[in-house]
Amino acid sequence: MGELAVHVAHLRRIFKVPEREAGLRESVRSLFHRRYREVRAVDGISFDIEPGEVVGFLGPNGAGKTTTLKMLSGLLHPTDGEVRVLGETPARRRREYLRRMSLVMGNRNQLQWDIPAADSFELNRAIYQVPWPEFRRTRDELVELLDLGDLVTKPVRNLSLGERMKVELAAALLHRPAVLFLDEPTLGLDITMQKRIRTFIAEYNVRHSASVLLTSHYMADVEALCQRVIIIDRGRILFDGDLATLATSLAAYKELDVTLAGSGADLSGYGEVRSRDGDRVTLRVPKAQTPLVTARLLADHTVLDLTVEDPPIEDVIELLFAAARPPA
Amino acid sequence: MSERISTASRPRALFDLYRTQARMAVARESQYRMRNVMSLIGFLTEPVVYLAVWTAVAQAKGGSVGGYTPGTLAAYFIAWTLVRNMNVVFTPYGFEWRIRSGEMSGQLLRPAHPIHYDLAYFAGWKVVWFTMWLPIAAALVLLFRPELHPEPVEIAVFAVAIWGAYLVRSLFQWLIGLITFFTTRVAALFEVYIVAELMLSGRLVPMALMPSWVQTVAGYLPFKWTFGFPIEALVGQLGTRTLLTGLGTQLLWIGIGSSLLALTWRAAVRRYSAVGN
Repeated sequence: MGELAVHVAHLRRIFKVPEREAGLRESVRSLFHRRYREVRAVDGISFDIEPGEVVGFLGPNGAGKTTTLKMLSGLLHPTDGEVRVLGETPARRRREYLRRMSLVMGNRNQLQWDIPAADSFELNRAIYQVPWPEFRRTRDELVELLDLGDLVTKPVRNLSLGERMKVELAAALLHRPAVLFLDEPTLGLDITMQKRIRTFIAEYNVRHSASVLLTSHYMADVEALCQRVIIIDRGRILFDGDLATLATSLAAYKELDVTLAGSGADLSGYGEVRSRDGDRVTLRVPKAQTPLVTARLLADHTVLDLTVEDPPIEDVIELLFAAARPPA
Repeated sequence: MSERISTASRPRALFDLYRTQARMAVARESQYRMRNVMSLIGFLTEPVVYLAVWTAVAQAKGGSVGGYTPGTLAAYFIAWTLVRNMNVVFTPYGFEWRIRSGEMSGQLLRPAHPIHYDLAYFAGWKVVWFTMWLPIAAALVLLFRPELHPEPVEIAVFAVAIWGAYLVRSLFQWLIGLITFFTTRVAALFEVYIVAELMLSGRLVPMALMPSWVQTVAGYLPFKWTFGFPIEALVGQLGTRTLLTGLGTQLLWIGIGSSLLALTWRAAVRRYSAVGN
């Protein structure tokens, strides 16, 4: 493998935030004596991303995901540590670097509100100095892949949230970035639109071998797109590895989905009953006891259906956070 | 990708960016005809008040004040309306909004200095303004009967000087705007700038009507070169040497503004905290 797409070592970003209590007295006091608090938004994280890799970047609100993306894209200067993206130091904001990356934030609109997106596309062509033939080719490809149709000829203000996000993505990719930072690209979109965006990102990754770092609160996005996830909380990395092994390595239990012939049986003696829907019961069982419990269930009851699964990835991540945060 | 960068020369790429952004400004602002007309009418209030006051003063003083007759005052303030339109630039208030909304972050991610978008956009907008200004100027001419007999060289210098004024004012307002990268609030400082501009630029009154020490101070500051100089180039009797010196001084202020901006920009970007989104 050649040069890394992203290299991050001991990256730190500390914000100095003014703070004061509520009330008039505190307001007046803050005029003369301002108090500051240091917030370690990113606290010494390290990771690498290979060219063409799609990595999920997960964590609760305020974990440091967006701050990290802003440092990777060159918007924020790190307080300490090293960042290299495509062999460049992002904070230097060299034109050559900015032409090869894109940061898309799901909650921000970079298109001109009052005019059709096609005009904004053309402005991006001029900004990124994309030759006309290449621009037309890429634009047509994006219009097809994202099923944009005549959306690009309508003023952006007349588009729905999902339509705007699709057009926003197209605008961000017209210069064919080699690295793509996506911050909540499916935020607020309906299921169909989420799926469409996911398919598109996967397609773009395959067609252009682009590296993608994706944050999302929707686990479906991560499961569909990322083999590898980095989980961050309070500015520190809690997990960096294969998504499939996350559950098996971290979850101390399995979930048994049992459908019995005839309802009403009390299964609490087999494990923790998580849900019951008629004859269908979901049990949580310690991992080591799973074979034994399964055998007992089959022996004691008439079982119509039985599946053994790792717990949902959201639950596993919750476990990870709980383990990292000692009870108060 | 690297081939694309090496083959496109920087000036040509910038020209392409300016042309595209200016075209977009014309497309966008043409949709807001009524807003633009209302703004133009709003701009008229200020010079009409000045004109009425100074015409009254001139008449009270036997027909002229500081060498200005009612006719030349009318010419001054009608030219003022065009210069004012040319002087509409991106204000520091816009910077506050841009940072809070996250739009600045988007601009910083693009491979061109954000001032280019503003310079190009407002330049394009002026095409729309100018089209709307023409009938208003014609009405003002009919109403106030200006005395205006410019030489070709004065018209040529005026045509260049209004763009020089636009650049000087853009650069210095951008400089003030950059303070928002450090504080996110800059309105108070901008108010001070506007007051200084009113007094020292020829916006409130032709500089010839100001005390001589004010004129001396104004000569060392950028304000006069954004208002008074272009107007006087058209309506005054400056002479070719003074006209060319004036253009040179505008160029000097463009150089000073650009250098200060480049220095401040580096520090500002380092301090940028990407608040908002």
